[in-house]
Amino acid sequence: MKSLIKGTVAGMIVSVALSGMAMAQTIRMGTEGAYPPYNFINDAGQVDGFEREVGDELCKRAGLTCEWVTNEWDSIIPNLVSGNYDTIIAGMSITAERDKVIDFTQDYYPASPSFFVAMSGQSVDLKGGVIAAQAATIQAGFVAESGATLVEFATPDETIQAVRNGEADAVLADSDFLAPIVAESNGELEVVGQERIGGGIGMGIRESDGDLKAKMDKAIGSMKADGTLNTMIKKWFGDDAATF
Amino acid sequence: MFEFCVEPSQLQGLTWLSCYLTTGKHMAFYTSFGTVLLLLALTAPTALLFGFCGAVASRSAIAPLRWIGRTYVAMVRGVPDIVFFLFVPIALDQGFEYIRHMALCPEVTEPIRRGNDFVVCTAAKLPLNADPQWMHETYGFLLAVLSFAIVFGAFAGNTLRGAFEAVPKAQIETAQAYGMTSRQLFWRILLPQMWIYALPGLSNLWAILTKATPLLFLLGVEDIVYWARELGSMKTSAFSYPHPNWQLWYFLGLLVFYLLLTWVSDRAFARLMARFNLGQGRTGSDTAAAGVGR
Repeated sequence: MKSLIKGTVAGMIVSVALSGMAMAQTIRMGTEGAYPPYNFINDAGQVDGFEREVGDELCKRAGLTCEWVTNEWDSIIPNLVSGNYDTIIAGMSITAERDKVIDFTQDYYPASPSFFVAMSGQSVDLKGGVIAAQAATIQAGFVAESGATLVEFATPDETIQAVRNGEADAVLADSDFLAPIVAESNGELEVVGQERIGGGIGMGIRESDGDLKAKMDKAIGSMKADGTLNTMIKKWFGDDAATF
Repeated sequence: MFEFCVEPSQLQGLTWLSCYLTTGKHMAFYTSFGTVLLLLALTAPTALLFGFCGAVASRSAIAPLRWIGRTYVAMVRGVPDIVFFLFVPIALDQGFEYIRHMALCPEVTEPIRRGNDFVVCTAAKLPLNADPQWMHETYGFLLAVLSFAIVFGAFAGNTLRGAFEAVPKAQIETAQAYGMTSRQLFWRILLPQMWIYALPGLSNLWAILTKATPLLFLLGVEDIVYWARELGSMKTSAFSYPHPNWQLWYFLGLLVFYLLLTWVSDRAFARLMARFNLGQGRTGSDTAAAGVGR
């Protein structure tokens, strides 16, 4: 009986959705939800962070209804191309390698440096030691080519853990992610180096989805033009953050 | 949840903890225990059904049916679970969407596969883009149930086939001597006696199934392990309740949950075993009882 009711309700929703297709198009926004302050799951269980705020504003300007979905970083591109969601907005740097598989909008966050972070008071060999990085990131690629031993982890949090428990000498990740962690570590962690890797951060979109890319490009452009994007960057990354 | 939780940074001690443990995120964590139990409750009978069909098919006198049964069991048993779970749900999902695309929008002439992209028309999406999030989650969950059932069905199929063959030949010959048809023989002699041989193997499978549930997150379902990892990870002051890495405590909680689950299932299988033992010949019950859930 219950399933019967559910089925009927679902059927009604489907028919309503079909008839309302001409109205606002619904776009599913894929993010990782584990990379504060870019994106994270807040205490209420909702996607929050810089990208949530930017994404919601972009959808408003592009006249789209947006639904937020989280997905593991590892499989975030395969799930985009197979159509489980329509955009990747997850602190993903625009790289030539990724651009072969998906398309990127113009950047909504300018290039920022990456930090090496290690336990305080230790001399770390950044070119020959053991460096932790999240798998399939530009930082992991950088470490692999630098001559250091790369240890990869599925989530950003695990890379920090690896440094704390001595599995890795240092971690390489975006400065915006590491800075608050170092600041709140009571002096246990410190920044031991920095590196400029990669360009800005853009929204990933399927190559066959030119319409959506055009809409988002336009919306990002307008947010750059009227300064709202810079305000949001300052709110989430501090006054010293690079702006447009 | 409580009224005094408005300003978490001002709270201390037990008040802080009571607020912390009742955040929306923790509620999602508690709910995910239900998700796992529901998955087990739905997967076990479905897998048993798949296994039963597989076992009957692989013992069939009709050759093509036998080939299908044997191929299913051999194929799924041979592929590593993790590979299977990465591949099958996406394949199932794309398969369903492909069929819907063909049926719902035949007017679209562009190919579905464009380079790397898998693109079906808006109406063929499953669920539709505009559908509320719970429908997407339910769909993902059902795909997970189906994938689990296919994998564990193959293992169950092999266990059941072995059990069918373990029923003493004398029983079957006696039934034939009484003039039973093969259908009567199956339902009245083979099936009731088979369970006693199948149960030890099935209880093992159940234990493996309970411990395979963390694979759920690979399928995009947020299960208890996902939430334990997420909640336990270090929280900076970007969150309302900052804390250091507490994963150990969360995973200890999971340990208790899984131990409890195993203990309850062990008892349930012991009772089932006692029940199936009633009125059985000595030989079968002795061998089978020696292997219960160990």
